[in-house]
This record gives sequence, structure tokens and C-alpha cells, in this order.
Amino acid sequence: MSITSSSAAWKPADVVADQFPAGLRVLVVDDDPTCLMILENMLRTCLYEVTKCNRAETALSILRENKKWFDVVISDVHMPDMDGFKLLEHIGLEMDLPVIMMSADDGKHVVMKGVTHGACDYLIKPVRSVEEGDRQPKQSEDADYLSSANEGNWRDSKKRKDDEEETDERDDTSTLKKPRVVWSVELHQQFVAAVNQVGIDKAVPKKILELMNVPGLTRENVASHLQKYRLYLRRLSGVSQHQSNLNPPFISPQDATFGPLSSLNGLDLQALAATGQLSTQSLARLQAAGLGRPTAKSSIPMSLVDQRNIFSFENQKLRFEEGQQQQQINLLHGIPTNMEPKQLASLQHSGPSIGNMNMQVASHGAQNNQNNSSLMQMGQPQSSGQILSDTTVSHFPGRPSSMGQPILSNGMAASVASRNGISENIGGPSYNPVSQASSTLNFPMNHTSELPGNSFLLGSNPGISSFASKGAFQDVSSEIKGSVIFIPCYDIFNDLNQHKPQSWELQNVGMTFSAPQHSSSLQGNLHIMQSVSVQQGSSGQMNGHSRSAAVVSKAMFSAEDIKEHGNAQNINQHLNNLVDNAIRVKSERVYDTSPANLFPDHFGQEDLTSALVKQQVGIAPTANEIDFDGYSIDNIPIPSAGTRVSCYFRRDRGLLGFCRVCFEPTRIG
Amino acid sequence: MNFAKNRTVSTVPAAKTGLPVWMMGLVADRLRADANRLLAFLFNQGILDEQFLQLQQLRDESSPNFVSEVVNIHFHESEKLLRNLRSLLMDREFSGYNKMGIHLNQFMGSSSSIGAKRIRNACFAFRAASEQNSRAGCLRALELLEHDYCFLKNKLHELFQIQQQRVLAAGARYPMQN
Repeated sequence: MSITSSSAAWKPADVVADQFPAGLRVLVVDDDPTCLMILENMLRTCLYEVTKCNRAETALSILRENKKWFDVVISDVHMPDMDGFKLLEHIGLEMDLPVIMMSADDGKHVVMKGVTHGACDYLIKPVRSVEEGDRQPKQSEDADYLSSANEGNWRDSKKRKDDEEETDERDDTSTLKKPRVVWSVELHQQFVAAVNQVGIDKAVPKKILELMNVPGLTRENVASHLQKYRLYLRRLSGVSQHQSNLNPPFISPQDATFGPLSSLNGLDLQALAATGQLSTQSLARLQAAGLGRPTAKSSIPMSLVDQRNIFSFENQKLRFEEGQQQQQINLLHGIPTNMEPKQLASLQHSGPSIGNMNMQVASHGAQNNQNNSSLMQMGQPQSSGQILSDTTVSHFPGRPSSMGQPILSNGMAASVASRNGISENIGGPSYNPVSQASSTLNFPMNHTSELPGNSFLLGSNPGISSFASKGAFQDVSSEIKGSVIFIPCYDIFNDLNQHKPQSWELQNVGMTFSAPQHSSSLQGNLHIMQSVSVQQGSSGQMNGHSRSAAVVSKAMFSAEDIKEHGNAQNINQHLNNLVDNAIRVKSERVYDTSPANLFPDHFGQEDLTSALVKQQVGIAPTANEIDFDGYSIDNIPIPSAGTRVSCYFRRDRGLLGFCRVCFEPTRIG
Repeated sequence: MNFAKNRTVSTVPAAKTGLPVWMMGLVADRLRADANRLLAFLFNQGILDEQFLQLQQLRDESSPNFVSEVVNIHFHESEKLLRNLRSLLMDREFSGYNKMGIHLNQFMGSSSSIGAKRIRNACFAFRAASEQNSRAGCLRALELLEHDYCFLKNKLHELFQIQQQRVLAAGARYPMQN
């Protein structure tokens, strides 16, 4: 029996079409003509296009000729010319199609063999068609079959053999993975736009999905994202109210936040945010900065921060904000002192990232007011640095004391500011990031006495701006107009997936900023950044741009780490480390403060980057000499030594494991 | 009686059965009853199972003879397989049960796809005997298989005949509607 051409017999049972993917192209291979015919008929009833052939060789040649034509293959196990498993292997290797085995043989070993060879399913003859009995439209039952990936569905509908032994073998849908949706900056912005259009109260995933009109996006994706976003907003609004009492909730929110967030990349950011010091923006910036340079370790924190930021938006906005505020204070004040050696070390590792972070923070701080908006924008895909200039500038025009500014202020600020045109003073190099040459990154912490409780959280939250307006940054006279640099962090942060810790280099800070995917994450990042910057600021004036840059980069690095680890603490620590060891701000706190303080808004990434680059002058993390002079943030809780940070690993990156003990970001995988 | 000449429906059935047109309806009913009785018998005896019904459901306008086609194909293949089995089993140098196993497997799959429950069970017995390496047992099982197969074949043929007549009888109704 040779191959029969496929035909789509449209039987009147159109109702079936709802339940099964009509038009599915199936290739049936069986040496038994009876079975072949029956199967063909059954599949036709399901409105599939069936091609049958009785020889494996023929089947292979058909498949090879029309590589993309077929969707699924059903093959018998025992065939005269070729073993069914062999065929299975061939198909799997060459065409990567799902293959269903079938046989009258229901011996366990055979079935297992099928499974181990990679069969999607193993049917025992006689093959029944479930839809035979379900001609009536029955969506409820089969709906879920269809909802997930394609080819596996129809198989589910087909009744296995009555003896059902093979059911243990089924790994059908599991083998068909749904691609993870990456919430890029644009996507997130689309999402936010849609939400705003509908009204946050009335935002339902379905509507949002419709408004977004993005192909391939499912309602579930939107729903989960919406949930995160709501949490984030809540956090934002909550944080802004807690500017004063930063300390107490410091740790707790962190822990709390970290918990749930742990699974999220942005956890770290959130944690940072939670700690209150790092505004999301700063975090975002830091991350953005960090993300831009996948190679640089420092980027790790940034990414962490980014991630956290992102998540901070989404998950625990409240906490984030609270934390941020706290963090900022901590950062500002206690950075130099509290940074534990380890943290510093890690900070140092991240080196440039801190600088970035600083930058970001600074920028962030500078643009406190605009944090929210800019932060959001940070989410936009920024090509390194662009965002910095673009977003930060625009966003943080009036940032009172952009926290981030100080950071950027020093060399970076200059560049950043110029880029962004953010006129806000980043304040003097309040940010003295750890040895990293982030001189410009004067964390305006010094200035930002008011670390606006991480108000840098995504611009959507006024709290952020208030945070930013802490004033620290405002005073920063440095050119860093605020979060020019930090903005990019946002992007980076947003881009949870993208940011690679490795790429985290000061130079790249700007670049990295463009990564963030979500504006929210940016905010988160900013927070982190801010916290970082706060840290740095608190540690003292940023001596040089390099210093700040270093700090920022570190911060960013930490941020990334944090993101990775979903632990704000980590970020903080990173930041601290970045900030030159001296900044021993509790990671959490640091992050909380710095981002918020430092990065009031999106800092132009470019600026930050360039600033960082410029400053990156032998950024050598000095141990514990973060002198955040001028960092007037009061309540920045300083993380005490021994702060535990959780590790988190970005599975998709296989990147960092952030040691709970040594705070060393470790590349994993 | 060629009233139906102008009609699309053929009047041949009426002529063939030799019955007056007005009796066609009765014939159809009778045939239907016969078919049902036979099917019920086969089901009760465990010779056929629901799979056969599923086959019947697959029949539609585009393939009205689907079931009979499939079953005929099955019979054709089965006879080949049975012959092979027998020759393998009766072979002087008994090569082993592997080859038999393959044939048997196919026979089993084919039969179960048709819905021939009894034959499938007989195949299980055959398989068990071959696993025990009992040649005599296999021989016995083979005989049982052949017997069941023949029985099923006859019955199904009878069923198809009835169905064919029903089709004819149904066609013969049309002339009555003029």
C-alpha cells in the first residue's frame, strides 16, 4: 500500500472542530492495512489531514520531502522494514516532530522503550477515537486539551486503548513546551498603556489582551503579568507612605518580599525596594547599566536589580517602596560602615556595576519626581544609554533631590546629565561608591536626605518621586541630572531575561540600560540603583566618577545579582560591595535607599554609561571607605553584618547563584 | 413497473427482489431486524466489542461501505498471518518464537482494531503459550485462533449481506413515492 494523498474530509461533525485542531497534518505509518484504514478514517473525522503509508522508509522519505508539512506522526512499533523506534529516532532527530507510537503490544518494556526513545505517546491498539462519542459540542472537557500546545491535544482526545496501560507513558503535553513569554520593555509598556486605558480598576486580562493586540500572547500571560503589576503598584503606593519609618520594616519586608519573590528574577530588586532604599528606578538603572555588559560581573547585580525591580513592581510594590525608603536611608548613611567585607567584596566584584548603579541611582535620584514615569520608561528598550539620556532627561526634570543624581553627579553625572539634560543636580558626589571609579556617581544620597522612600519605584508611583525628591540628589550639583544613567538600568532590569551579569561593565552601563523590559522593572531597578547609590552616597562622597561608577556598577551588579537571587539583600550587598566595600549597607537597605534616592527617574543610560566609563578609573573597591558625605538621608537602615541574602538562580540564564553566606555571586552553569 | 424511470433513484432493487414495491418496506424492516439480531448475538457471545461499533460510526456518506471494506481488508491480512503462523509452528526446524511473535502481534492489533474480542483473547493465549515456549500450547492456541477467525468471518459476511440488502431495500422505496 503506497501512500495515499492526504485529504481533509470535512464531515458534518463540525462541532468537532472546536475541540480539535482541524487541519492538523498527520502522518500515519503502519504495516497493517486494517489499522491504517481505521486510523485514517478516525483522524479524518477529527478533521485532520491524514497521510498514510505502510512502510517506514516511505514515511521517512515523505517527511524528508515535506519537512514542515506534517504536524504529527503516528507510527506502529513493529514493522517489517524498520523498527518503529528507529523511525521514531529518525524523525525526532531530523524533523523534530511529535511521534506517537502505537501497538497491540502493551508490554511494559516496550512501552518504556517508546518513552525513552522520545515518543510523545504510546497507544495500545485498538485505537479508539474519543470524539466518536462526543460528537456533541463539549468544550469544557476538551478545552484544556486544546488550550495548550497543539499537537498534543488531539492525542488526548483519542481514547487510548481500553486497557489503558499506556497511560503511564504519556508525556504528551509535557514534551510540548510553551515558550515562556518574556515581558520586554515594549511589551510591558504596551501592557501598561492598555491597563491605563482600561483603568487599573477595571483591568481584566481579556481586555488588556485585546488592547495590546500582541500575537502569541495568551490571556494567561497577561493575567499573571497583571497580577504582578498590581502588586507592584500596591507596593509603590505603600512605599511612598513610609518614608519615615524605614528601618523597622526593613528587614521584614525584605524577608517577606524575598519570599514570594524568590521565584522571580526581580525579587532582588524588590527586596531592594522593599528595603526601601533602592528605588526601583535606581535599581533599574543599575541593572540596566549592569545588564548592558553581560560580561562584567558588575552587571550581575544590575541585572539582579533589574529583575528585582521588575518584580518589585509587580510583586511587592508596597514592600518595595517601603524597603526602598529604608534602604535609601541606609544607603546614605550606613553604607560605608555597614558594608561587610563580603559585601564589599562582592561589590567589588561587580565593580563597575556599582558605578553604574550609582549612576543610575544618581540619575534616579535626580529625577525623583519623574521617577515613576521615567522609570516606567526605562522599561523601554533602550539601546545602551539612549534611555539614559532620553528617559531620564525627560522624566526627571524636576526631581527634587534625585537620589540618583548625586551618584551621577560626579563624573558620571556630568555626562549623564548632559545627556539627559536633566538639570537637576545630582548633587555633589555624595555617592562615593566603593573604590570604583564612580566619582561622578555621587550618590546624591548625601543630598537626598529624604530618600523618598524609594519613591523611585516606577514612576507610576508618586511615592517614588517623593523618594527621589529626598533631596539628596537635588543637591547634587553634579551634572548628573538625575537618573540619566539609571534609566537604562531600568531597561536592563526589565529585561530580566536578557541581562547578563557578565555584561555588566561600567562602560556598558549605559548600554545595559536599554535592556529592561518593563518599565516597572526599571523602576525596580532604579530602586536598587538608588539604594545603591544611596549606599554609595552614604559611604561618602563619590570621590570620582570612577568611584561612583564603580559603585553603580557594583550596585548594578548587585542589582543583577539580586535579580538573580530575587533577594534585595543581595542587591544591596552587591551594591554595597560595589560601592566599594566600605559601603556596607545592608543589601536590602542599600537597595532600598539607593534606587529610590538615587534614581528618581530614568537616568539616561547613555549618560550613565559614559559617565561610568569616564569614571571608571581604576575602580578599586576600597574597603569600607564609603564616605557618603552629604548623604543626608536619615533613616537609611544599614544592614548589619551577617545579613543573609538568598541565592537565586536564573534558570534561564543559568547564571548567578548568590551565596547566602559569602555574598559572592557565583556563576552557575 | 418502471415508474421510477425518471427518477434518479434506481428501480433495480425493486426488480431484483422480485417483491412488489409496496412490500419493500416490510423487507427493509425485516432486514434491519436480522442485522440487529446478528449483531446482538455477536456482542453477547463476546465475539465483537465496542470497537466494532466505533467502526460503524465512522461510516458516513463519503464512505458508506467503510466497515465492510475495512473488515475485508482485515480478513485478507489475517488469513495471510494465520497461514504464516501455522507454517512457522509446523516448521521442522523451529526457529523460535520471535517471528511468530511479530506475526501474532500484527494479527492481534488488526483484530482488536476491528473489534474482534474473542480473537484477540485467543491471541493472548497464543502469546502466553509462546512465552512459555510451549509448542504444543502454541499449536492449540493457533487452532483456536483459526476456529474463531472462521466463525467471525462467516458471521460478519452474513452481516454485510444483510446490510447490503437493506441498502437495496431502502433504494427500492423510492418508487413508492411517486
